[in-house]
Amino acid sequence: MEWLTRIMMPPQGSVYAGEVDTVYMALFWLSVVLFLGIVIPAFWFAWRYRYKPGRVTPHMTHNTTLEIVWSVAPLLLCVGIFFWGLKGWMEYSVAPGEAMEVQITARKWNWAFEYPDGSRDAGTLHVPVNKPVKFIMTSEDVIHDFFVPDMRVKHDIIPGRYTEVWFTPTVLGKHNITCAEYCGKGHSDMKGTVIVESDADFQNYLATGGTEWEDYKNNMPAWGKIQWERKGCNSCHTLDGTKSKGPSWKGIWNKMEKMNDGSLVLVDEAYIKESENMPQAKIVEGFQPIMPTFQGLIKPHEFEGIVALIKSLQ
Amino acid sequence: MSTTSVDLPSHGGHGDGHGAHGLDNPHHQHHFTTMEQQFDTAKLGMWLFLATEILLFGGLFVGFGLMQQRYPREFVEAHTHLVRWQGSLNTIILLISSFTMVMGVQAAKTNKQARSALYLVLTILCACAFLVVKYFEYAHKFEEGWLPGKFYHATGDSIPGSHGYATFFAFYFMMTGLHGIHILAGIGLLSWILMRTRKGEFSHTYYTPVDLVGLYWHIVDLIWIYLFPLYYLIQ
Amino acid sequence: MDYQVLTMGAKTGSLPRPKKNYLNESHGFMSWAGTLDHKRIGIMYLVGVMTAFLLGGCFALLVRLTLLTPTHMLFGSKTPILTAEQYNRVFTLHGAIMVFLFIIPAIPASLGNFVLPLMLGAKDVAFPRLNLASFYLWLTGAAMAIGAMVLGAVDTGWTFYTPYSTTTDGPVTLMTSAVFVLGFSSIFTGLNFIATVHKLRAPGMGWFDLPLFIWGIYSTALIQVLATPVLGITLVLLMLERGFGIGIFDPRIGGDPVLFQHFFWFYSHPAVYIMILPGMAIISELIPTFSHKTIFGYRAIAYSSVSLALVSFIVWGHHMFVAGQSQLATVVFSALTFLVAIPSGVKVFNWLCTMYEGNISLETPMCYAISFLVLFTIGGLTGIFLGTLSTDVHLTDTYFVVAHFHFVMMGGTVTAFLGGLHYWWPKMTGRMYSEKWGRTACVLYTIGFNMTFLTQFFLGSKGMPRRYYNYLDQFQPLHAFSTVGSWVLGLSLFMTLAYLLASLRKPMDAPDNPWGGTTLEWQCSSPPIMHNFEEQPVVARDPYDYRPVKVKI
Repeated sequence: MEWLTRIMMPPQGSVYAGEVDTVYMALFWLSVVLFLGIVIPAFWFAWRYRYKPGRVTPHMTHNTTLEIVWSVAPLLLCVGIFFWGLKGWMEYSVAPGEAMEVQITARKWNWAFEYPDGSRDAGTLHVPVNKPVKFIMTSEDVIHDFFVPDMRVKHDIIPGRYTEVWFTPTVLGKHNITCAEYCGKGHSDMKGTVIVESDADFQNYLATGGTEWEDYKNNMPAWGKIQWERKGCNSCHTLDGTKSKGPSWKGIWNKMEKMNDGSLVLVDEAYIKESENMPQAKIVEGFQPIMPTFQGLIKPHEFEGIVALIKSLQ
Repeated sequence: MSTTSVDLPSHGGHGDGHGAHGLDNPHHQHHFTTMEQQFDTAKLGMWLFLATEILLFGGLFVGFGLMQQRYPREFVEAHTHLVRWQGSLNTIILLISSFTMVMGVQAAKTNKQARSALYLVLTILCACAFLVVKYFEYAHKFEEGWLPGKFYHATGDSIPGSHGYATFFAFYFMMTGLHGIHILAGIGLLSWILMRTRKGEFSHTYYTPVDLVGLYWHIVDLIWIYLFPLYYLIQ
Repeated sequence: MDYQVLTMGAKTGSLPRPKKNYLNESHGFMSWAGTLDHKRIGIMYLVGVMTAFLLGGCFALLVRLTLLTPTHMLFGSKTPILTAEQYNRVFTLHGAIMVFLFIIPAIPASLGNFVLPLMLGAKDVAFPRLNLASFYLWLTGAAMAIGAMVLGAVDTGWTFYTPYSTTTDGPVTLMTSAVFVLGFSSIFTGLNFIATVHKLRAPGMGWFDLPLFIWGIYSTALIQVLATPVLGITLVLLMLERGFGIGIFDPRIGGDPVLFQHFFWFYSHPAVYIMILPGMAIISELIPTFSHKTIFGYRAIAYSSVSLALVSFIVWGHHMFVAGQSQLATVVFSALTFLVAIPSGVKVFNWLCTMYEGNISLETPMCYAISFLVLFTIGGLTGIFLGTLSTDVHLTDTYFVVAHFHFVMMGGTVTAFLGGLHYWWPKMTGRMYSEKWGRTACVLYTIGFNMTFLTQFFLGSKGMPRRYYNYLDQFQPLHAFSTVGSWVLGLSLFMTLAYLLASLRKPMDAPDNPWGGTTLEWQCSSPPIMHNFEEQPVVARDPYDYRPVKVKI
């Protein structure tokens, strides 16, 4: 009966998908049996007891035993089905503790994914095969719904709240993501792709920090400004020259800055790199050594962007 | 009934020996067998309508409760802006009006139509007094900027910027406003049966409209009995 | 003393009919517009809901036509049939018109209005003025909905989910006001019917002598009265959220969009039973009448109607399994949802037992009843897939749901409505329609329906989400098949309209009891006189007693 499952359901992309399909197929066959059990007698009676003028029909008013049987039997059946469905639901709703967490931000009409290391991507989701992934989802505007048919999971994404869903992909390759909650004009175009890849490929992907930055290849300062906001640089460094908890980035490029030990340092790529990785090494005069290290948190292209941003602030 | 064929000329409605059973009661509608059946049916219909009224307000009570859980501190603080003596005064006014209404129905039932009219007038006066107090309450809220939703512009809240205050006053205005609309409708209905009483249309054999408006008026009071502690007392 | 044995269920006529009936008692526009007669109000409602059905149906055909090809274009045309925005508006209108203007009032307010007092042996409903008011409220609501359409139409879907509905452009407030008004029209109808059933039964008619149609309509009326006010207040809150920003549903100002869904489905799930219970009620009339046999399990069917009405109030959360309600709530609602299966099953099994050893004549209404059995069974069984938690996660918000509720709402309610319409048509109009065309249309309807909607189960289980304008190419064959099905379905309905209207041009030829029914409405003339019965009927037998009786000569 494999072929029948394949006709009715999408390809299976996870172990869970197989379990859902088992329940689905069981219900399918149950329905076929019950349907025939109702419709065949109906047609048979309509033929067998077709109208003959003057025939007197028996006066059968009720049969309490029968009524009880056909109330209790379906009830027991339903209880069974309920618990079977509940079993799958428990699995669906509780993610394993070791699951990797990916943040999803949905908006009209696209998807943004953020990985634990801060890498981001829009529209394409990379996940390692055979490892559970948990999605923490929120929306920027209206309700959306993260639906991956091949994984048999979906969940609404609600503005102002975080909702969760998870799966363990088992099949390498591409799987569709669709929005399953009506969200307006672009609802049906709100698509994405899950790329399930080997662990090594996934690590390579993470190392590049996602593909989002490619949109900014020709405008690196803008990319830098996005990092300035996302990485939290903006809480201490201004871009307009006003003094905050840290020195402003305006007009410092290629200048000699005075440190609190009296030395002068040229602000160039090497100095910015050092400040990012070992912020306590050199402290500009008049500031406290309060900056945390960003070692390993900033990808090369992000760093390029930040440098380009500082360069542009003359 | 436009289609009726059993309507006979009025006999004055009473004293003709078979009272409520009389097919010749001018208010008897053709599709009822007896006046009692007609009266019971009307009353059942009114009760069903009142059930829908309770459910209508019920939705708002549920909404209020949920929002109160979301903004417990803001709701308690906003409560203090309501003037308790004004709410209490209105409660007393409505309780008195319920009493006069009962007396009005009773008088109509026992054929004392002049007294019934007097009680109806008193009830209407109470309703108007209620609205006057309400006017001063609302005016005060408008002055202070305690307005619903995006119109809220009061200052001096202890949690500045919280939307809880605006939500509280949205519910305050929705619930008391919807209740106020019911009071207004009540005044209309009371005036209508007052006019009919003055014309001598009611008697002990036919006072259904008085009875039904009475039921309606009690429900309007009852809803206030729930609104009053919810807004003015519980903090 | 001599006796004559009368076979119950014989088709009887009483020609020559009385000269005056409710149709020719008075003439002119005002004699209809100002009428307090339940029969005339029922006919006006019938014309109204059929017009709404036609409009909603045309929108449905338009939606299906747009989905015929992935490019939404026909015959090499360069412009799509509908753009994405237009598509969203059209499916919203289809849903809103079908739900609020057509299917909720369809059976109770039109057929129910006409038949209920007749079945009770009453002269009218309890509150004739309220009845007329209900119709005018319906008309007002319809006018407002059409006004909203003309002003650009809303694109929220018929469910008005927040925060989409609080932020989108368009006359959302006017549309929701229309639904609010329609809600009160529905409340008034329900209230009237409850009072009528309680107080206006013929002498001798106890609660368990009521025809099962009445039990169904009574249960429906309970829901109309108890659930609709909540919808009313929900829509008021929605309008105020748009207008004043009160902060209850819109998360940007601290509201909770899921709360709206709870409020909405607290009404709209019981509303599903406002739609289906009258359908089941009609089938409970058709099957004994055309089997010429007493109904099997009268009390079981009656109780199942009332218990469905009660259960309908505690299952609303099954619309929200993946919508962010608490997991405990989801589990509880799933368990409760399975309760629906039991009374539904009880009805179906009792209907089958009624047919067993019957004397079944397959006239058009019975054809629809059998069609109902087929379609409703599919609708009910696919409901199990959606009540079961693990499969629901995959199937919800897909075409599977679309197919499921069309099988229940259209395959169930509309099929029963058509059955009832054909059943009581002779009573309402005094004329018989063409049996040949009637049966043909019914067969065509069933085929077209299955082509259109059975297909959509497969679309849904394959992962095609609902309310989609664009779709993946892999779905095209199924979409195309479904669209062709919609043409067959449309054809059968236009055919029905044509032969029913054609029958009106004939002289009155319907006997008083063309089918051999035993309930009271067959004891008055076709069409009935203004006050329904020449003499007040008195009930001495069970409503579906087909045993022969001895009558003194």
